[in-house]
Amino acid sequence: MKSVSTRSGGKSGFPASLGMAVLFAVTATAAGLFAPQASAQVTFERLLNSSKEPQNWLMYSGDYAGHRFSALDEIKISNAASLVPKWAYQTMAGGKFETTPLVVDGILYGTGQDDRVYALDARSGRPIWQYQRALPVDIRPCCGRVNRGLAILGDKVFVATLDAHVIALDSKTGNVVWDVSAAEHAKGYSFTLAPLVIKNLVLVGVSGGEYGIRGFIEAYDVATGERKWRFYTIPGPGEPGHDSWEADSWKIGGSPAWITGTYDPATNTTFWTTGNPSPSNRGEGRAGDNLYSNSLLAIDPDTGKLKWHFQFTQHDEHDYDATQVPVMIDEGDRKLIAQANRNGFFYVVDRTNGKLISATSYAKVSWSTSKDATGRPVPDKTAVPTPEGNRVCPGAAGATNWMSPTYDPQTKLFYVTAREQCDIFATAPQPYEAGHAYYGSAYFPNDEAQPFWGALRALDPATGRLKWEWKHTSPAWAGVLSTAGGLVFTGDAEGNFIALEAASGKALWHFQCGASVYSSPMSFAIDGKQYVAVAAGSALFTFALP
Amino acid sequence: MRLLASSAFVALVACMAVAVRAQEKNPFAGDAKVAKVGEYQFRSNCAFCHGLGARGGGRGPDLTRAQKHHGNTDAEIFHNIHDGITGTAMPAATNGGIGVGMSDEEIWQVVNYLRSVEKKATAAETGNAAHGKELFYGTAGCGTCHMVNGKGGRLGPDLSSTGASRSVEYLDESVRRPSKRLATGLSEPMKDFSQEYETATVVTSDGTKLQGVVLNEDSFTVQMLDTREQLHAFEKAKLRSYEKTRESLMPEYDAKALPEKDLKDLIAFLLAASEQGGGK
Repeated sequence: MKSVSTRSGGKSGFPASLGMAVLFAVTATAAGLFAPQASAQVTFERLLNSSKEPQNWLMYSGDYAGHRFSALDEIKISNAASLVPKWAYQTMAGGKFETTPLVVDGILYGTGQDDRVYALDARSGRPIWQYQRALPVDIRPCCGRVNRGLAILGDKVFVATLDAHVIALDSKTGNVVWDVSAAEHAKGYSFTLAPLVIKNLVLVGVSGGEYGIRGFIEAYDVATGERKWRFYTIPGPGEPGHDSWEADSWKIGGSPAWITGTYDPATNTTFWTTGNPSPSNRGEGRAGDNLYSNSLLAIDPDTGKLKWHFQFTQHDEHDYDATQVPVMIDEGDRKLIAQANRNGFFYVVDRTNGKLISATSYAKVSWSTSKDATGRPVPDKTAVPTPEGNRVCPGAAGATNWMSPTYDPQTKLFYVTAREQCDIFATAPQPYEAGHAYYGSAYFPNDEAQPFWGALRALDPATGRLKWEWKHTSPAWAGVLSTAGGLVFTGDAEGNFIALEAASGKALWHFQCGASVYSSPMSFAIDGKQYVAVAAGSALFTFALP
Repeated sequence: MRLLASSAFVALVACMAVAVRAQEKNPFAGDAKVAKVGEYQFRSNCAFCHGLGARGGGRGPDLTRAQKHHGNTDAEIFHNIHDGITGTAMPAATNGGIGVGMSDEEIWQVVNYLRSVEKKATAAETGNAAHGKELFYGTAGCGTCHMVNGKGGRLGPDLSSTGASRSVEYLDESVRRPSKRLATGLSEPMKDFSQEYETATVVTSDGTKLQGVVLNEDSFTVQMLDTREQLHAFEKAKLRSYEKTRESLMPEYDAKALPEKDLKDLIAFLLAASEQGGGK
């Protein structure tokens, strides 16, 4: 099943008619004339101490805690209104542009639609190399040909692809160093997330909850691409939790893990979240809690062994993936994970043992009206999808989704993009067929005379209470960045990229990108000058002070 | 080697021939069991726009009507699903298009389902379109704000293709209770929801009061057409006041203002108008 190849050529994806080289590697400096001792550029130490180099953005969420916070403060409340665009990079690709780029020592590494990867001069936006995956026709991306970003270690960047490969590219040339097939893409397995590097391993989680896959999280050796472990997010026969599935439903039970995890070096634990059980909107045939779907998992990154789990939504029938970044927050002595879940509740969990501390709704919720003894919201029978259709809040896209929240250690607030949209869920039983859609239900916006809307919400993790909100005209798909300049940045479906005061939610500046923002912003600096970057449409935009 | 290559070529041509034939002839024609399977496919992939039961939703037309705007044969319906319909919101049912993609077989199942829910023409469909046209441009006053095939006003939605794209029930409701479900306007490619015909009242910084419909809006700006059919674009922060309601500018036509028979004739006019060339 698994194949490891070591080759230097990239897969051609650019049509020859465009006259573009597949990879234009700007490396050939008369090889051999100068051969200084090459040293690995990005070490694990650097990743661990990412806060010491705020000019760089070394991983998807900016740091291992998942804060998406930048310690840069050149751009601040008093000058944010004068932000101007500095450069844009056009991928010329269609569809949703979901990447968060990395910046390392002046070079920006990003991904784009259809699994393209590029390295740019972060000051000017000028390309240094480009890689384009040649994707087979029988891939099964449920929700767009998207990719959210890269991980970096040494002289390699790592990308996980829609045809379910994990690839290491030379960060200097874009050449393929290794290329591993993780699973059968034609059966619905794919990758969309940015990988996470821990020590000498690159971790990924699979997508495909719409196709009846069996989800997994796995780790590859950064040097060779050899798979070191795989943790199936659905327990097999004889494993604890296996009995939470009816009959053979576990084999096609979904539970993907398509958003990047976080990592606590103090306890050597990596936290990952999982998505819906399959079929996503029909519980018949998979009686039980369906572990570990819609869960928070604490995993030993060296072995892939599960330490504990916390399931947000048992036996889900509304597509309430828990695939939102599990954000690590320290509150005095308390070591917590905070997550604003797609199901509409804001959860705070003790990250040393997985015990629930609080669950507070942060958006309109109708699927649960009661809690169990531990305080965990439990599904109502009345919210089950029916043949005629049943209106349930949040809708299928959730009260939030994959777009990143941010935790600002200065304001001690958690900021999340909330979506106020209810849907009608109607059953549509369908047999499982490998590689085919496996929903078991239809959902669509309810057509009551009320518009759907969204908001950027600032939540206090200590109480779960709403501190402020900034209303969006319609439900948005943009993540949030906080910065030491007292700002939060986010986008909206109308194409605005917006800077707000972190303490109050007052909008200070906005820029019209010309397309809905489907990405989470980041920040970096070159020669002491701070930039903020966001992807929208087919362009990656950067902004700075004039 | 050559033999291998040429037999591969023959196989390829054969495959293509099968593929072409597969898209012309409904392999399940008249099979009620397949129609049921098709219903589930329809629910998963089509109901989002066309509604449960294929009776039309906010975005997609009523598909239970026997006369379909973009083609009536099984092959035409298959192609419309398979390839999408250019110039409309109807996407191709392939990966990257709507839902998660349908195979040819699944598309034929949906075609069968659509055949199973087709209805005979309703009273409105057989109403007096000529009288409906008189009403539209005459006493009912619709043409003041609505255009049909190039003639009429601009304040409300252009109704040239509405007859083909909305169910009779929807049209009926839109006349009797226009505020219940506001008409949708501009759709942006990446936004989840279309702009609706909300009513805006603004007072500009110099005190000018304007009323009209919102053509588009975001957190910072609004683009509107006022009741005199003038386009305006405002920065919200620079307006003295900006109020928006979901009370349509269109009056409610109750049975007194528009007797039931006249409504049927009006709808018959819209249906006939959309057959003639609107919406193409």
